[in-house]
Amino acid sequence: MEDIGNLFHGFAVVIQPFNLMLMVVGIVLGVIVGVLPGLGGANGVAILLPLTFSMSPTSAIIMLSCIYWGALFGGAITSILFNIPGEPWSVATTFDGYPMAQQGKAGEALTAAFTSSFVGALFAVIVITLVAPLVANFALRFGPPEIFSVYFLAFCSFVGLSKEPPFKTVASMMLGFGLGAVGLDQMTGQLRLTFGIEPMLNGFDFLIAVIGLFGIGEILLTMEEGLSFRGKAAALNLKIVFQTWAKLPRYWLLYLRSCLIGCWMGISPAGATPASFMSYGIAKRISKNGHLFGTGQIEGVVAPETAAHAAGTSALLPMIALGVPGSPTAAVLLGGLLIWGLQPGPLLFVEQKDFVWGLIASMYMGNIVGLLVVLTCVPLFASILRIPFSVIAPVIMVFCAIGAYTVHNNTFDIVMMVVFGVAGYFMKKCNYPLAPMVLAIVLGDKAEESFRQSLLASQGSLGVFWSNALVSTIMTLGLVALFWPLIQAGWTRVRVLTGGLRAAE
Amino acid sequence: MSDTTKATGGTGPSHRSVEIGVAAFMALLALIGVYGGIKVGIGWGDEGPRAGFFPFYVSIIVLIACAINIIMAITASWQGKIFAEWGQLRQVMSVLLPTIIYVGLVPYIGIYVASALLIAFFMRWFGGYDWHIAVPVAAVVPILTFLMFEMWFLVPLPKGPLERFLGY
Repeated sequence: MEDIGNLFHGFAVVIQPFNLMLMVVGIVLGVIVGVLPGLGGANGVAILLPLTFSMSPTSAIIMLSCIYWGALFGGAITSILFNIPGEPWSVATTFDGYPMAQQGKAGEALTAAFTSSFVGALFAVIVITLVAPLVANFALRFGPPEIFSVYFLAFCSFVGLSKEPPFKTVASMMLGFGLGAVGLDQMTGQLRLTFGIEPMLNGFDFLIAVIGLFGIGEILLTMEEGLSFRGKAAALNLKIVFQTWAKLPRYWLLYLRSCLIGCWMGISPAGATPASFMSYGIAKRISKNGHLFGTGQIEGVVAPETAAHAAGTSALLPMIALGVPGSPTAAVLLGGLLIWGLQPGPLLFVEQKDFVWGLIASMYMGNIVGLLVVLTCVPLFASILRIPFSVIAPVIMVFCAIGAYTVHNNTFDIVMMVVFGVAGYFMKKCNYPLAPMVLAIVLGDKAEESFRQSLLASQGSLGVFWSNALVSTIMTLGLVALFWPLIQAGWTRVRVLTGGLRAAE
Repeated sequence: MSDTTKATGGTGPSHRSVEIGVAAFMALLALIGVYGGIKVGIGWGDEGPRAGFFPFYVSIIVLIACAINIIMAITASWQGKIFAEWGQLRQVMSVLLPTIIYVGLVPYIGIYVASALLIAFFMRWFGGYDWHIAVPVAAVVPILTFLMFEMWFLVPLPKGPLERFLGY
């Protein structure tokens, strides 16, 4: 009950005119970021983070989270109209969205996509509202071993659940931990891995890594592919919107399933991209129109968009409740919290009620505002993509450089950004996942601290991670997630073997 | 689009060699991590594990993973797959080189002038625009940025002689 009161208080904060204005600005910037190649949710938020330094934390998080919602919406526009996914999680939307646009049903596809995004996000926000306070309350009792086990689970899930080869995920993640360790050791105050090089003293800031890996790396990839945009015209009027809305309720079961898939994948750090593919795949298998998927089925737009948005939104749940971000963008928001002087984690619910409930209220409002903005402004956003890449590319470069500089007011960071950009290009081409690396740079210090504190308490015995039921369960889940591909392969083999035996009998 | 470029079968560095190169580079970083970890101590100190403990073991895991990745890259059948065509790599370099020069110029002439030069250069040589289109665009973007950052959000950016001349 108290939570509901807090939530309404949050709404009161959010609908202040200044905050509403930031919300619209955030959504519009976010959609632009989502539409442009080379700018995504994570580095879009990272670049715009400095703009919020002078704001109150609540206003800042409202604007930044709205940039994120906008980016989630924006990915669908380019997928449907241009057959170019603006974001990795909208790849699955191109499968049926673009054929629909080719058949002249672009308006219908866009309406379906936006509405589905909205439904997915709303479902996830409701989940966050109900679950996050409970999780946070529970997590208040966590000691260092439990905290480490949560990090352990989060990182193991990356290895087990990602599409990339597991050893590449491990290499990229552990390298991230190594980069995060450079500089001052938080526990002993000792300098390490700096080798007397002055710019290394502050360590590697993950915001620089995000802007370089995702921003510059993406532009280099786009240049290599030599993209040129040839899109379908978007005609979106109220009649089409209402006609589509009248059709959508009959897919309620599809919505529910996609929401659940999305929330599950979002909370475990698998993220929006696998969620959208999984949802599309399952919808294809179950739907009676499944064999027509890929030719412009509205269900083929609904399924991935709902799941992607549900995942993207629910990725904020572990960030708010535990201080463990579920996606790179959530990690950037977490970095923002630190810069504004807030300590992410379960204590946030106790010490910063205004902030947390303001954020949750802004998720509701932001998605409503977002839906209205995208439904009314599609032609405007689509026209951005008609600006040639030779104009867009240097402008994006400039904004990346500004974003990198403003993190510490240091020109050396711009150099590091380019280095990370080149690294991002090669890693992406060689199928190394970037998200675990970024999360490792962010969380490295905290994971290390909880690990060392646990060991200090246990005098160096690893048994501390199996010392009680809670921590053992989380650690064991982590191990299961880590070895999931092996377990799955083993299980299939056992089934084949027993099946073979039965056949032999 | 990308399918057709691949079908033409241009030449370029083999994917296998780049794959090995990337893994080897990561392994090199990991070796630095191992060395740096040992330097500050990886054993047990007064406050539990010492500062080098975590970087050391993390780097060891990177080394193992890289070794496996290299072995997999060598044994996998790439079927002559190339990393990218030379022409594509030239495209990449044509963005990368101006960017490196841009980054080098920022501390000396400020981010605004450098940005204007980058945008103008790009539009002229890469997009083939006339100067009378490229120059206004190149001027407007930094001016808008200046208004937004310095005036509205009060975030100072690197400035050079021009801004000093104008009194900022």
